[in-house]
Parts: sequence; C-alpha cells; structure tokens
Amino acid sequence: MADPFLSIQSVRKSFGNVAVVKDFNLDVDRGEFVSFLGPSGCGKTTMLRMVAGFEQPTSGTIKIGGKDVTYLKPNQRKVGMVFQAYALFPNLTVAQNIGFGLRVAGKPRAEIEARVKEMLGIIKLPDFGARYPYQLSGGQQQRIALARALAPSPALLLLDEPLSALDAKVRISLREEIRSIQKRLGITTIFVTHDQEEALSMSDRIVVMNEGRADQTGTPFEIYNKPTTRFVANFVGTLNVLKGTVVNAANGQVKIGDDTVMLDSDLGGRKAGDSVSLALRPEAVSLGRNDLRETSVAATISEVHFLGSVIRVRAKVGDNSVSLDTFNDPSAPPPSAGSAAEISFARRDLMVLDD
Amino acid sequence: MKVSRFWAWATFIVGASYFFIPLIATFEFSLRMKRGEYSFEAYRVVFADPRFQATFGYSVVVAIFTILLGVLLVVPTAYWIRLRMPWLRPIVEFITLLPLIIPAIVIVFGYIRMYGSNSPLPFLASVRGTDVLLIIGYATLALPYMYRAVDTGLRTIDVATLTEAAQILGAGWVTIIGRIILPNVLIAVLSGAFLTFAIVIGEFTMASLLNRPAFGPYLQLIGANRAYEPAALAVISFAITWGCMSVIQVLSRFAPKSANNPN
Ligand SMILES: Nc1ncnc2c1ncn2[C@@H]1O[C@H](COP(=O)(O)OP(=O)(O)O)[C@@H](O)[C@H]1O
Ligand SMILES: [Mg+2]
Repeated sequence: MADPFLSIQSVRKSFGNVAVVKDFNLDVDRGEFVSFLGPSGCGKTTMLRMVAGFEQPTSGTIKIGGKDVTYLKPNQRKVGMVFQAYALFPNLTVAQNIGFGLRVAGKPRAEIEARVKEMLGIIKLPDFGARYPYQLSGGQQQRIALARALAPSPALLLLDEPLSALDAKVRISLREEIRSIQKRLGITTIFVTHDQEEALSMSDRIVVMNEGRADQTGTPFEIYNKPTTRFVANFVGTLNVLKGTVVNAANGQVKIGDDTVMLDSDLGGRKAGDSVSLALRPEAVSLGRNDLRETSVAATISEVHFLGSVIRVRAKVGDNSVSLDTFNDPSAPPPSAGSAAEISFARRDLMVLDD
Repeated sequence: MKVSRFWAWATFIVGASYFFIPLIATFEFSLRMKRGEYSFEAYRVVFADPRFQATFGYSVVVAIFTILLGVLLVVPTAYWIRLRMPWLRPIVEFITLLPLIIPAIVIVFGYIRMYGSNSPLPFLASVRGTDVLLIIGYATLALPYMYRAVDTGLRTIDVATLTEAAQILGAGWVTIIGRIILPNVLIAVLSGAFLTFAIVIGEFTMASLLNRPAFGPYLQLIGANRAYEPAALAVISFAITWGCMSVIQVLSRFAPKSANNPN
C-alpha cells in the first residue's frame, strides 16, 4: 500500500491539566475527503489546528507527504484553511483576497491575475473580483474564502465548520459545491463538522470523535450501518437500543421482552445470563410481518405521528421503546396508540453495541 | 415636555457662551491691530514673522516623527496584547495612562537627569539627540490617546482569525501587521495621529525645558511681549486643533465600512 499522504500518529493535546485530544491516530490518502464528526467540544477544532500548525501536540507526530511537520510553523506547511467566520481580509478586494497567498509567495503579477481569474471561475463568481467582502452574502464570502485557500495550490485543505454560519439552503448547495471542487482538484481534505448529515453526504471517510478520541473511522456507509460503539451508534442517525439477555451464547440466542431472537453477530464473549444492548435503525424495522425480515416480536404501539407521506410510530417491546417509519397507505388507516402489534426486522440488521 | 426642552436649550446656551464668548472676544481683539478698523493685520504680521515659520515648521516635523514613532510602538504592542497576552491589557492600559497623571515637567526633569552629557545615554549632548529625546517624550505624552484609539480599532476586527488566515497563506509577522492589521485599523490610527498632532503643536513644557525652538515656546514668547499677535496666534492654534478634530470626525465616518462583519 502506498504511504498515506497525511499521517497523524498517537497525537495528544492537553491545555493545562485538561486532555482535549487523546491518542489520535489517522492516515489519510492523497485526494481523500475525511470528516471529523462529533459533538461540540470534543476536540475536532483542536485536532485540525494541530494539523494546520496553530497548536502543537503535547505528544505524537503529524506527517504531511511523508515529512514530519509536527513543530513546523503554519506559514511553512503549504496547507489551505477555511474558517467558520470566513475571515476574509476586510481591507482587500475579493481578487486581492484570493491572490494574497500567491503575493506573499512573491509570484509575478500576471500569474497571480490568471490564477485569481481561474479561481473565480471555479467558485462561479467570475465578476466579483473588484468587490469588497462587506458587499457579499455569507455564502459568497465563504466561497471566496475557499478560493483564497485553494489559490496557492496547497497540498492539504482544512475546513473548520465552514457551513455552520450559513442558512440551510445555502448550506446544502455549498456542501455539494465544495465536494465537487474537491473532487475536481483531487485535493486531500479534512472537513470538521458537528452535522452528521454533512459528514455522511460529503465524505470518503468519517472519523467520529468523542471526548478527544477517534471512536470510529470508516466510510459513511460503515459508520451509519456498522457503528462499533454505542456513542457512534447514538450520535450518527436515530437509533433504537434494545436491552436483552443472552440465553445461549453459542448459537446467538437473546431474549428481548417476551421473545427470543437469534443473532448473526458475534456476542463478543458474553455468556448466558449476561445483558446485551442491541441496536436497530428505524428503517430496519417494519410494522407487521414482512417477508424480507424473518424475525418478529410482539409489541405495543405507544405513539403515532402522522407526517403525511410517512408515519412515525413508537412501539414498546418489553421495556424498550422502538421507533420506526412506515409509508402512508391511503387505503388503510394508521395504527392506533395502545393497540398490540408485531414488529419485524432482519437479524443481520441487529447491531451488538460495546458497553 | 416643553419645560424640559427649555432647560435643555438653556443649559446648552450657557455652556456654549462659556466656551464661545472668550473665543469670540479674542478673535475680535485680534482684528483690531489697525486703529479704527477691523483687519487681518495681526495675522499678516504673525505669518510674515520668520520665527513663526521656523518654529511652526519645527513642530510639524517633530509631530510627524512623533506620530511615526507612536504608530510603530503602539500598533504592534496593542496587536500583540490582543492576540497573545490579553491578561496584560489592564496593566498596559494603566501604563499608557501614566503620562496623564505624571506632569510633563516631572518627565522632562527626569530626562535631564537621566540623559545628560555625562550619562551612559547622552541624548542631551547633541542637538539631534535632544530632538530625538523630545520626540520620544512627545510619543509618551500621546500614548494614552494613541493606545486607546488603536485598541478600539482592533476591537472592530477579529484579530485572531485574520492573523491565522494570513499565517496559513504563508504570511510572516511584518506582512500580517503591515498588510492586514494596520490597514484595518488605519482610521483609528489616523485619529490617534491627529490627536498627537494637536498635542505636539501646542506643547510648551518639554520643548521649553529642553530648549528646542518649537511652536509652544514661541507662543509663550510672543504672548509675553506683544498685544495683538498673541490673540491671532491663539485663534490660529484653535483653528489647527479644530481642524484636527474635524478630520477625526470625518475619518470616523469611514470606519464601519472597513469593519469585518460576517452576517
Ligand atoms: N486554547 C485553549 N485553551 C484551553 N482550552 C481549550 C483551548 N482550545 C480549546 N480548548 C478546550 O478544548 C475542548 C475542545 O475544543 P474544540 O477542539 O474547539 O472542540 P470542537 O471543535 O470539537 O467543538 C473544549 O473543551 C475547549 O474548551
Ligand atoms: Mg470547533
């Protein structure tokens, strides 16, 4: 396998006595788009700032392109960065902002002008060169900030919650635009966000962070469908957690409520009588019997929310509450709260959570 | 409503008269150099006086150097404190206020003791050295105004993020301060500069005790020996100070435009 382009090895960071990033390991391939996803305060920005060079790790190593940059100054790393607050230089025009990195590098004027024009084209704001930042909307400012970061052709692009300050519509269109520009230029990118939808829809891989640790690293598909920790399972998407008791560890029998189900997954060394937490995504559960979902358990409907095309149902299975979505069927009335029902799911969709 | 309006106007008129009547009287007096008619004769005499030209020119040059020194000293300091040492701010603010508390005469006697011809730093041994010491002294006097103006200017921009944005694009400290920070606080720096100018132009104590041919001592000299010219000079000084103040007012109109306001 080729050497990773960015390599973060056993990085720790403490501010005083407080450990903010703990034993962080990550290899990113050239051209890959990796997101750091996690709740606010989990250390995403701090980790990104160490890659940028604004903070130095308490211990550990960061390599870019095989070169150890752990203690290199930010202005020597050839890294581009986009900030949440845009951070355009208010005294410079859009063109001067985009050309700033090239000017600092002492590039000839003609080359700078050509590159600025090219970047303005890439971000689809070709006629905005002469404007000042205060004359632009938030979304436009952030696109300029992206162009400014990319103009000097950095080896690595870092984005710290670049969409958080924008309104929903702009956020979604800019999401797609950033991803398509990133793919077109093939630039290795780290994207920090607390928004799971952003991370799932944009990334090649996601690092889910929890209290300074990388809990799980994987493709959006893996993170969503095969979370390995309870934190990841809970943080990414909606999750039904079912508490059960192991009946027979050898063949994967677990008792949930009054029913016993068979599991495909490994029970992780649990023995008969041990408790186990199983997780199910709402879309993996259906109401009534289903040919594709062989396991059924008895349940009681507790809540019904009619949302139009979709009906969101909450059902009780023993002490557990399960949420599931069904499509509205015009010919059949929705179930009513309090009635008994059966819910079914496929056992391969059951995830065993580490406690 | 009506009553409070009346009192507001009354207070205003009393205040304004307190301020304007002596000024108007001075101005009126300055026009009476020629017997029996109003004329600008006193002003003509003043402007024609070579000592006026020399001392005024000297003070303008000293003011310009004072402003340069002040900007070079204060902008990086205020910037660095905002960026890296915010806990130091109250201390530095206190230090910059000291020139308002310590009389100029105390400072200048300190200078004369510290920097005399026999001292390790003999600023006073030469004329140029004394000029330099005067500029340093003036920069100290202007510190309270300069520091506050620049610090207020820095408050309108996101110093930390703009610095990081410039750093990651490869900029070093000189580029960051010269191309990003200074231009964004330029309006504030200019207000500080004009305040400094107004202070330096009329300053008497330091210039007189260091025996430099500045405008302040000239004002004093004329005031002691002539009748109409001092009135004319007083009006001229007022005009200069007011000119500086209105420039500051005009400049501050432009300030919000350059502010960094992500919406
Ligand atoms: N310079 C600093 N000094 C002290 N604590 C800090 C500093 N920067 C960040 N922290 C703390 O580190 C933790 C993680 O912060 P951060 O990396 O910004 O989280 P995130 O970006 O995931 O929201 C927070 O608790 C924050 O208060
Ligand atoms: Mg953050």
